[in-house]
Parts: sequence; structure tokens; C-alpha cells
Amino acid sequence: MLDRAAVLHVARLARLQLSDAEVQRMAAELSKVLDHVEKIRELDLDGVRPTSHVVDVVNVLRPDEPEPSLPRDVILRSAPDPVDGGFGVPSPGAAGSDRE
Amino acid sequence: MLELTGAQAAARVRARELDPRELFDAYRDRAAADELNAFTWVADGPPELAPDAQAPLAGVPVAVKDLFCTEGVPSQAGSRILEGYRPPYTATVVAKLLEAGAPLLAKTNQDEFAMGSSTENSAFGPVLNPWDRARVPGGSSGGSAAAVAAGLAPWAIGTDTGGSIRQPAALCGIVGLKPTYGACSRYGMIAFASSLDQAGPLTRDVTDAALLLRHMVGHDRHDSTSVRFPGPIELPSAEDLRGVRLGVPEELIGGGQDGAGIEPGVRANFEATLRLAEALGASVELCRLPHAPHALSAYYLIAPAEASANLARFDGVRYGLRVDGSRDLESMYMATRSAGFGTEVKRRIMLGTYALSSGYYDAYYGTAQKVRTKIADDFRAVFEQFDFVVTPTSPWTAFELGAKTDDPLAMYLNDFCTVPMPLAGIPAISIPSGLSAGLPVGFQLAGPAFSETRLLDAAYALERTIGFDGSAARR
Repeated sequence: MLDRAAVLHVARLARLQLSDAEVQRMAAELSKVLDHVEKIRELDLDGVRPTSHVVDVVNVLRPDEPEPSLPRDVILRSAPDPVDGGFGVPSPGAAGSDRE
Repeated sequence: MLELTGAQAAARVRARELDPRELFDAYRDRAAADELNAFTWVADGPPELAPDAQAPLAGVPVAVKDLFCTEGVPSQAGSRILEGYRPPYTATVVAKLLEAGAPLLAKTNQDEFAMGSSTENSAFGPVLNPWDRARVPGGSSGGSAAAVAAGLAPWAIGTDTGGSIRQPAALCGIVGLKPTYGACSRYGMIAFASSLDQAGPLTRDVTDAALLLRHMVGHDRHDSTSVRFPGPIELPSAEDLRGVRLGVPEELIGGGQDGAGIEPGVRANFEATLRLAEALGASVELCRLPHAPHALSAYYLIAPAEASANLARFDGVRYGLRVDGSRDLESMYMATRSAGFGTEVKRRIMLGTYALSSGYYDAYYGTAQKVRTKIADDFRAVFEQFDFVVTPTSPWTAFELGAKTDDPLAMYLNDFCTVPMPLAGIPAISIPSGLSAGLPVGFQLAGPAFSETRLLDAAYALERTIGFDGSAARR
């Protein structure tokens, strides 16, 4: 059901790099799961309202007042590559240098 | 001292018959010597603040599932991608328990990002079942369940998305409660499926579950889906089940689709427990949850879809693992995620991404959300005639390590009786109801939203009659 191309397409959307063996395994396993879950499409659900939240809550509002958040250095302590008080990342451009 | 339940230990401390520091040290020694791989971190010394003997939880220490953020203490959600991560803040439910006087004893092992039913999906190795070390403890809160069952912690907390508290509680012979959605704040819980995830207690008995839950619930300004719990959680005291109407849903105990058949030993134990309930004065009748057989399918679309979005944040930028691919940003994202996530997590991200992708969204995710409405409607209708719905918690007792790892669908069928409740947002509890071939069996009761106090009362009355003896697992 899910062929190799479909698996590669979804992996790309999910930013996952899969080995050939993983692609093959994933195609078989996901197809089996999808075959099972697909049975819900046989149900008559015309006019049924979809549920995204089970408890009746209305929009939660609060005054928009500034308040302190965690200090910058505390947050950056967990970062793999803190640079100049920010998160360092490789260049977004494929041909770019390590950092802009 | 180690034979005391959490509530009993707290009472002894308050009466000055037990020193909370001795209690902490005794459990810390046991946890540090653990052979079940139940923990990912154990406190290396007594808590900084001396336990307050007059606090409600009186210094009785708690073990906490790895995915709860605990300030300065590793919180890795069982994943390589968060290996060594020490968060700068503490999850609200953990903070509330600390405030109520329960110091942090340990972090417990789990399936990676709570995705699994056996704790075999942990990046830190599987947890062993204290009743039989060749078997799984269930999952995903398998470390919490095994720790409490084995007497390595007085009590613990976990999270339940499709059964992750109740199923391991059942397989380890302890009590596990999934509260009403919104009862406990999700702030600081590393998210799996946000519309389903709930924190809850794993304990030796029903009284302990009530006591821990009492100090976990409440509205939190950091989680706008959390609600003010209507009324206090009372400690259970019911002596019988007179007037209590129990509904047995045909669709869940009939065996299920595609071989989720209930094991004969589990079925026999379930029937015997129903007879005990009747002897206590309950009425037991069949009821209908016509859409319940489709709950598993809806769940395995909704939960992975939400997970695929929640796990997008693990990209090697702000915390956790980074693997530099070639030189650009995108290859870093892909290299990091591919190295950091385990097989099951990748599988669910793929499933969820597919279910949400253009052209399939309505057919999969949209349809699953409509099924969710039907399941909630089914429960509402049943609760007009019944107080609680009861089922076996898991179709099987603890299975052998590796028995289901090659067949994801077989593993998912573990959740057959536990997924309908979180889809409807309602509370459910699993209590140990006996042994089948030497392994614990769980009995599940589910009630309407915010019926926790009544649910605990009914579970308590049953627990007293069942008289389950879990001491064999604590040797």
C-alpha cells in the first residue's frame, strides 16, 4: 500500500533520514497498520462533529502583561551550540559556511 | 518499614514513629541497588530540605517518570535525543508533590516519549517485571510500575495516553489511575499526544492513589487545558458496592477485532471479580459501546498525528542531541533526528506525518476525530444507566521480553481495552484482581468525567474483598 516513494516523501516531510533497510521495513509495517486503522473509513460518520478537545473549555484569556521569564544564560545552558547569547546553527543555505 | 503503603508511612511519620530521613535512605538504597533497570536516575543523597513531617505527604519519597521535567535532574523521556538533558524548571505536578512533602527519590525508565506498551522502546534498555524477570512490566510507565511493585519506591507517578499508567500497573500487580483529561496540569510533561496525555499515580493500593492524586490535581496558569477540579479528592472508605451499577461492554470483552482476544486466565479472573462485585451488592449487566472496537484505530491515527507535531521541536537547536550532518541546517536537522529517535518513535512520526499530509488529512485524521466524538457519545449514553464501565485492563498478563517487538500491530493491541477512555477524556483505574499462572491481572473501572472520588471508592471496596497480596514481587 505504501510504496518506497511514499515512504521517502513522508520521511522528507518529517525530516527523517532512513536507510534502505529502514525504508523497506517502514513500508511493510506502516502498510499493515494503515490496513488496520482504515476500517474506520467504513463507518457512517456523515454530519458527525469532529472532537479535538474532550473537556468543555472556552478560550482562556489573561491580561497581556510582561513578566520575567527564565534568564538567557539558564536557557542557553542546554543548547548544543550557544553563540553570542543565542542558539548557533549551521547555515540554512546548502552551500553556505558554518555560520552566517 | 518497606512493607508500609505510602499513606501508612506518612501516618507513622506524622505520629513520630518513623523518621522520614530513614525512610528516604532505605528507599534510596533499594533504588540504587535496583536490578530491574527501573530507573534512569536515583537521588545521590538526602533531599536538600529536610522532609517536613507535618506536610500532607510527610516526607514519603516519590519516583517520577523520566518525561516529567525536574529542574537540574536528567529528564530524557527515555530518548537518546534528550540524553543528559537537565531542564531549567520543574513540571507542575512534580512541584505540587514536592510542596505537599514528597521528595524526589528517582526518575523512572519508560518507553521513548511514552510510545510503547512494554518499556522495551527505552533508549536506556528494557525494564524487567519483578514477578518474572523474563517478562516485560508493560508500558510506557513500566519503570514506575516495576519500582512500586518491587518495593523500590513507596509510590510513583506516570503518564497515560492510551493506557500507559493502567496497563503497566495491571502487568505489575499494582494500582494505576488515569485522571479526567485536564485534572492535572501537563506543564513540564514532555508531550506525546497533547489532547490525550494525563499524569496520574501508580501505587500499592487505592488509598495511596487517592492521596497522591489529591495533591496532583488543580488548575495551572501554565496549562490552559487544565481545569479546577470540582470538589476535593476524598480518601476512599466504601465498604460495599450496594446500588452501584457496573456495565460490561460487550464490544471490549467479546475478544476484539484481529485477535486482541482476551487470554482465558484473564477472562476467568475478570468473571470471578464480577462475582465478587455482585457479592458486595453491585449489579452487573452487559452494556454497549458500539464504536469502542474502532477506538484503537482512531487512537493510532490521532496520537501519532499529534506526536509528529510535538516531536518537531527536537531538531538539535535548543536542547539535547545535535549531530552535524554535512554543513547546512537542514542536514543537521535530519542527521540529529535520525540518530536521536528510536525505531518506534520514527514509526509513529511517519504514521502521524502521513495521516496529516495533504490529500490524506480528512480521510485519516478528520475521520479519527469523528470516531472520537462517537466514542465519547457512547460513554455518555452508557453512564445514563450505569455508574462505571468495567473491563480487564489488558487482554494479557505480562508477556516475555521480545515476544511482540517484531510486530507493531500486535503490540498496539495491548491497548484495546484502555484507549477508549482517554479518547473520551474520562477517568479510569486499574486494580490488581488476582494472579493467572503466577502473573498479576488487572481489573479496570472507568467513570464519567470528574468521578474520581466515586471511582476510587468503588475500587477500594473491591480491593478489600479481593485481598491481593503483592508481597512476592517485593522480595
